[in-house]
Amino acid sequence: MTYTVQVKVMPLKELLDPQGKAVMGGLQNLGLGNIQDVRVGKNITLQVEANTPDQAKAIAEEASKKLLANPVMEYFELSIS
Amino acid sequence: MKFGVVVFPGSNCDRDMQDALQNDLNQEVIMLWHKDKDLSMFTKDDCIVLPGGFSYGDYLRCGAISRFSPMMQSVIEFANKGGKVLGVCNGFQVLCESHLLPGVLLRNANQQFICKNVHLIGVGADRPLKIPIAHGEGRYYADDATLDKLEANNQVIYRYCNEQGEITPQANCNGAARNIAGICNEARNVFGMMPHPERATSEALGNTDGRIILQSLIMGVNAVVTEKAALVNF
Repeated sequence: MTYTVQVKVMPLKELLDPQGKAVMGGLQNLGLGNIQDVRVGKNITLQVEANTPDQAKAIAEEASKKLLANPVMEYFELSIS
Repeated sequence: MKFGVVVFPGSNCDRDMQDALQNDLNQEVIMLWHKDKDLSMFTKDDCIVLPGGFSYGDYLRCGAISRFSPMMQSVIEFANKGGKVLGVCNGFQVLCESHLLPGVLLRNANQQFICKNVHLIGVGADRPLKIPIAHGEGRYYADDATLDKLEANNQVIYRYCNEQGEITPQANCNGAARNIAGICNEARNVFGMMPHPERATSEALGNTDGRIILQSLIMGVNAVVTEKAALVNF
């Protein structure tokens, strides 16, 4: 069966995110002053062929650890559907 | 001594590197295609160079996909056997992603692609060297334990400084941790740096400071770390 796994990759919380800062500046120029902080990451959608959701998740986790995210600068979260 | 320059899809400083090594430093250069794997013509005394550019379009993260190219498998093996490897700019990013060097290169702190001459102090430099940089993701980062270890082992080979050679926050063009512009591995056979020495080796271009870097780093000419660079504390 094919499972869809979403991988959310975000810059580590302790790191400066210049892209988020730039977007934040744009939002403030729009007058949306209530937005206190912006961080930009990426969302990667995988179609994974597997027997069980757990197996699909394990495959996605390996992909994330080996390539999709770099633990020196990013963390990732998986969600499956 | 021979040099191999790897050409990835998206490399754009490969020919500059070839020209600098061949015509300005009189070295033998072999261009290496990323889909090939053969490094049998190189010995431990030779050097493989990963040039600047935007390999694989910088997709995902700079250098992340290049790491899995066929040629990189051979380069990693070559490095682990003690062969010399130099990565400049995108090449430095590839070396970090390949775990041949610790840390990572993040987006510049000022959110801009920076293209200008900067000054460096470090290996072979008895004065600040003027070298061009051209990068959007050059902010070296590693956790404090890694940075401490790099400094303790004298693995920081270049730092950003001002014209007088002082390592100041103002001279830290991209916001790199501890002004780091270049590092080497523990075994001192793998070197990575963001600035482009190959763009400063020709008298016709009005700057030959890059020769000092390529010669002292790779070719063993006056390979000394200046006290100023080695002893700096933060």
